[in-house]
Amino acid sequence: MAAQKLTLAKGLNSGLRAAMEADPKVVLMGEDVGKLGGVFRITEGLQKDFGEDRVIDTPLAESGIVGTAIGLCLRGYRPVVEIQFDGFVYPAFDQIISQVAKMHARSLGALRLPMVIRIPYGGGIGAVEHHSESNEAYFAHTAGLRVVTCADPADAYWMMQQAIASDDPVVFYEPKRRYHERAEVDLDETVGAPLGLHQAAVRREGTDVTLVTYGPMVKTCLQAAEAAAAEGISLHVLDLRSLSPLDTGAIAEAAKRTGRIVVVHEASTFLAMGSEVASFIQQECFYHLEAPVLRVGGYNIPYPPSRFEEEFLPNLDRVLDAVDKSLAY
Amino acid sequence: MAREGDAVTDVHPEGVVRHHENVVTPPGEHDITDGGPDMVQFLDAEGNRLATNETNAPYAAIVEALTPEDGRAMYRDLVLVRRVDAEGHALQRQGELGLWPSLLGQEAAQVGAGRAMRKQDYAFPGYREHGVAWCKGVPPENLLGMFRGVNNGGWDSNENNFHLYTIVIGNQMLHATGYAMGVQRDGAVGTGDESRDTAVMAFTGDGGTAQGDYNEALVFAGVANAPVVFFVQNNQWAISEPNYKQFRIPPYLRARGFGFPGVRVDGNDVLATYAVAKVALDAARSGQGPTLIEAFTYRMGAHTTSDDPTKYRVAAEVDIWREKDPIKRMRGFLETKGYADQEFFDGVDAEADELAARIRKACQEMPDPELPTMFDDIYVDEHPVVAAEKAEFVSYHASFEGAGH
Repeated sequence: MAAQKLTLAKGLNSGLRAAMEADPKVVLMGEDVGKLGGVFRITEGLQKDFGEDRVIDTPLAESGIVGTAIGLCLRGYRPVVEIQFDGFVYPAFDQIISQVAKMHARSLGALRLPMVIRIPYGGGIGAVEHHSESNEAYFAHTAGLRVVTCADPADAYWMMQQAIASDDPVVFYEPKRRYHERAEVDLDETVGAPLGLHQAAVRREGTDVTLVTYGPMVKTCLQAAEAAAAEGISLHVLDLRSLSPLDTGAIAEAAKRTGRIVVVHEASTFLAMGSEVASFIQQECFYHLEAPVLRVGGYNIPYPPSRFEEEFLPNLDRVLDAVDKSLAY
Repeated sequence: MAREGDAVTDVHPEGVVRHHENVVTPPGEHDITDGGPDMVQFLDAEGNRLATNETNAPYAAIVEALTPEDGRAMYRDLVLVRRVDAEGHALQRQGELGLWPSLLGQEAAQVGAGRAMRKQDYAFPGYREHGVAWCKGVPPENLLGMFRGVNNGGWDSNENNFHLYTIVIGNQMLHATGYAMGVQRDGAVGTGDESRDTAVMAFTGDGGTAQGDYNEALVFAGVANAPVVFFVQNNQWAISEPNYKQFRIPPYLRARGFGFPGVRVDGNDVLATYAVAKVALDAARSGQGPTLIEAFTYRMGAHTTSDDPTKYRVAAEVDIWREKDPIKRMRGFLETKGYADQEFFDGVDAEADELAARIRKACQEMPDPELPTMFDDIYVDEHPVVAAEKAEFVSYHASFEGAGH
């Protein structure tokens, strides 16, 4: 199959389709995932092709969706559940933290929960409350879960298949404001996924300051790098992709490369992914640092009403301001 | 507040609420000693076989089909399960276990349900289902590890189709429902093949019926027509809270609202629990969907070894329930019918002694886990953070070797 130009949404859809074709035990579950194809149409057409037993429209109950998915795993299935929006995952929090994350360990390795929990996340789409949150830190904090996020259509296509193939439970964050971004995706399975599910990716080579980011902020950071280049500043952009585990080797390499690091994400900065990345870098790369690791993120308030979100979310100006601060040391 | 010596029937403090004309408070709703006329029952308190009546008629044929040998096997299970429980309790008191949740009083509910399950049927327990575990063939020793603190579960649930204990109340009801949805997708329902058709049984207490997960499980099961039987052991108390703090109407009446039948059974009558569970499991296996069974019973002991029931309930209530003892009742039945002699009863008691000694020895000899294994099985595929911490931990401990520590 030749390369195709796909949206990120279509990349996810194609990844789901490929996984369902490859393994009859893969089932999709969630609210509105059937005829509607999900509120973002990520599962569009799949129920028509794979039937109602494999694309399951569930009652409107998130704990029920994840809890029954656990039972399906125990019976040998590989459920992919859709949480409709980031802010709706909290009713399922107990099942994810208390059961999904711990079952393998509790059974001393006898039981596996090869489940993918898909969560469209992040802001910038003018939504009402509970529809724009970045709550990845809650899950990355919990041992037993893998937490990943894609930033472009190729990653959407390949990472979704890798997540479904993983025998560990994976929380898969989808940057909803990037669903409609298009890019070339090589669907050739003889080439396969360019990177492992746990690996970070260098999105742009640079020499002055490293931006460490992921998900929806990858594009913002690449735009910042373009703007900085016009002013003669060379930014290195690292896309984490995996939030648990972190690709610490790639982070150390990117940090040492410039000695100046800015971590960028949408989540509020307190106890967020940026805290972990900054902590790791100061511990492992201290003698390479030219400036303290800086963080740019959402403010430490609940996600605000959408009229405020342009100010709440990191934008080019805030990223470039942090770059200037770093360079001023 | 109720005090010792108070009447113990109809203890709802507010009485029957009358502000909605269409709310019907069923008889016996808040009576915690009498299951009322809807309760399926075959044995009276002395073990006499009750006549067939409107309530137990649908199950009578199953009880009739039981042989004296079946009756003796049920009795044996009741006694041995009680002994497992007593030994668990004693081991906790002697400091060998950190905690023990006793099933004392609930033996007939669990043995009836457990014996009605087939090998391929899958049980999802809470944490008090030692009797179901016994019937599913799980060695009682397996249950001790988590209460001793050497693991958090520790057995392979697929060996006996008995899932790990679940501490967070209600979580397992959804796991059972999801498993049953998998059974449906495997086509293991309604084939008529006795060795293939599979049902799932989910266990919780009356306290669990208040949980969101319990209610979501009933919604999912109803909508999917899943082959799952919800088995609520209404033992009247959720730690210190009487069950009128958990529900306005009893569990078996609530089932109708989820779209499937609910049955109340005498949880201290093993013939009745067996028959009711068998009907529900057969229905599930044949594709007729879920059933909710409320086993009306009583927790004779504390919630766990950590609480003191004399602080929250009256002795008179316990005395009433002592008269309904499931083992005494089954023994009365076997004796009245001439199905068992003294030699049989002595034999079961001797077997219980041996079992208790075996459990005690296994508990005391249970080794503490090797320290580095704390880091194992967190993930299937290697996770660099866990791997690095394990290496650091091993190296840290190795640094003490030969250093006089």
